Amino acid sequence: MTSVLTNLFDGVAYGMLLFVLACGLAVTLGLMNFVNLAHGAFAMAGGYICAVLVNQHGWPFFAGLPLAFVSAALIGVVLERLLYRHLYTRSHLDQVLFSVGLVFMSVAAVDYIMGSSRIFINLPHALEGQFDVFGVGIGRYRLMIVVICGLLTAALQLVLARTRFGSRLRAAVDDPRAASGLGINVPQVFAFTFAFGCGLAGLGGALSAEILGLDPYFPLKFMIYFLIVVTVGGASSITGPFLASLLLGVADVAGKYYVPKMGPFVIYTVMIVILLWRPNGLFGRTSAR
Amino acid sequence: MSARDEVGFHAQQHARWHWGEFVFWIAALACAFVFPSRYLIMTDIVRLALFALSLDLILGYAGIVSLGHAAFFGVGAYAAGLLSLHGIITEPVIALIVAGLAAMLLGFATSFLVIRGVDLTRLMVTLGIALLLEALAERFSDITGGTDGLQGIEMQPILKIFAFDMFGKTGFFYSLIVLFLLFLLARRVVHSPFGLSLRAIKNNPLRAAAIGIPVNRRLIAIYTLAAFYAGIAGALFTQTTALASLDVFAFERSADLMLVLVIGGAGYLYGGLIGALVFRMLQEVFAAITPQYWQFWIGLVLVVIVLMGRARLHRWVLFLPNLIITQLAGRKAVVAVPEGESDG
Repeated sequence: MTSVLTNLFDGVAYGMLLFVLACGLAVTLGLMNFVNLAHGAFAMAGGYICAVLVNQHGWPFFAGLPLAFVSAALIGVVLERLLYRHLYTRSHLDQVLFSVGLVFMSVAAVDYIMGSSRIFINLPHALEGQFDVFGVGIGRYRLMIVVICGLLTAALQLVLARTRFGSRLRAAVDDPRAASGLGINVPQVFAFTFAFGCGLAGLGGALSAEILGLDPYFPLKFMIYFLIVVTVGGASSITGPFLASLLLGVADVAGKYYVPKMGPFVIYTVMIVILLWRPNGLFGRTSAR
Repeated sequence: MSARDEVGFHAQQHARWHWGEFVFWIAALACAFVFPSRYLIMTDIVRLALFALSLDLILGYAGIVSLGHAAFFGVGAYAAGLLSLHGIITEPVIALIVAGLAAMLLGFATSFLVIRGVDLTRLMVTLGIALLLEALAERFSDITGGTDGLQGIEMQPILKIFAFDMFGKTGFFYSLIVLFLLFLLARRVVHSPFGLSLRAIKNNPLRAAAIGIPVNRRLIAIYTLAAFYAGIAGALFTQTTALASLDVFAFERSADLMLVLVIGGAGYLYGGLIGALVFRMLQEVFAAITPQYWQFWIGLVLVVIVLMGRARLHRWVLFLPNLIITQLAGRKAVVAVPEGESDG
């Protein structure tokens, strides 16, 4: 029984991590309708920058995390202004080709600079090991992930639902022309959102070095996971991808623990079935955009 | 002449063999004698061309964006490998067809999943199917050999006459003949009324349905056919290299294939063939500059192509061939992306 709860907890932590990694994609893919397969590259960038800062320059881990966010967001905003914005109106095929090209470049570039082996980030001692709560083993690091990601999710939900920026973003997504007619600077809103999503991915990348493993092939390995979160979760709200992430995290951890031989088989099958059953996602709007 | 006759007339005009095409195939055959030391890479190009032809059928003609076309390639590759390894069918040509049919069966089964939904769902479903098969191949490593791949495949002589030699000469001619035959079939298909209806579906599925084209059935048919082609390409891979490993299902293979088609141009049959040639040449050049990191340059090419615009690129690439054709033949070049379809 307790191992079930421990697995459940691990699954939740994993799922929350996936959410932070993928929620930027939920905005670009789900709301802006841009197929960005290169989202994982931003996560990888954040992870590697954090690793270099912490391991080679001796920064404390908790100082490295915000920097992972900031640097990934900066890379995001530069790329958005230079490249991505030209492709918003292009066909999905163009977007796929473009972002796959970016993935290839990032994989080879990181391989060239940092080497192809998996890297770890030196953690402070306070985060190592686990403690028992009524017999349930809770990893400290995973607990931290749950706390950070939980707070982020709540903040995101508040920003989207309650702030002026949130309503601008929702307006810009629903009808860009009407929104710009009302004086909303739509490109700016999109650029900011894109950068913020990339920043979150960077933060997620830094956090995931311990759990998912960080190597140059990260963007390719986890691309399908991010896509699953967004397509299964739908993009009409933050809650959809959030629930989808939790579901995916728990299912993946449970699958690896209880039916290790089936590997990722279960996940892919479930994804295909859900997509066929509800093409707009499990929690998505029924009307196609 | 009524509109109907006129459409038929133009379709027939378009379907007629152009002398430029003869030149293309004679040149392809001539390569075998001009570069006798390069059979292996030329076989590779031919194989890739066939694979690209397969994607062109669904992407260029029917407008289905697939990120997991390697699924069928892989099924064909493993089918051919297993047939030969266990001595079920030792004759390569029959094994090739059976392997193609195996992929075709999978294509037919999965086509029902693919025709549902919009671009994005299709992307995800095709990608998911390829990943699923990769996971399966890894899971059943006792059958597929896991990460080591199928080992000890020994190919029997083709038609019991032509043995595979170590220089790949037989393999090259074998692949080229298969490519040519399948090309003829594809050419017949795309110029048939069936092929025209596919273009109509690609341009506007709703309108196509309104004029009485059974959209879903046509898409299932072409998807199944494309799966057959990809399966044959995969089987050729196994037969000419005597190797089949997990990477036949890899995402990179599907992504590279898209690049091939984008370089050559989707929506006309020679696109895949030219693209395969240019892609392999590029790869050779990049690998010569930076052996380990050629993927970076491939990615850069993709990004640049998309940013420049694919249509514009083709006008540049095809500028010289078109100039020659129009100068010498005094008519519209056949090697050109049809107007208004280059953005598909």
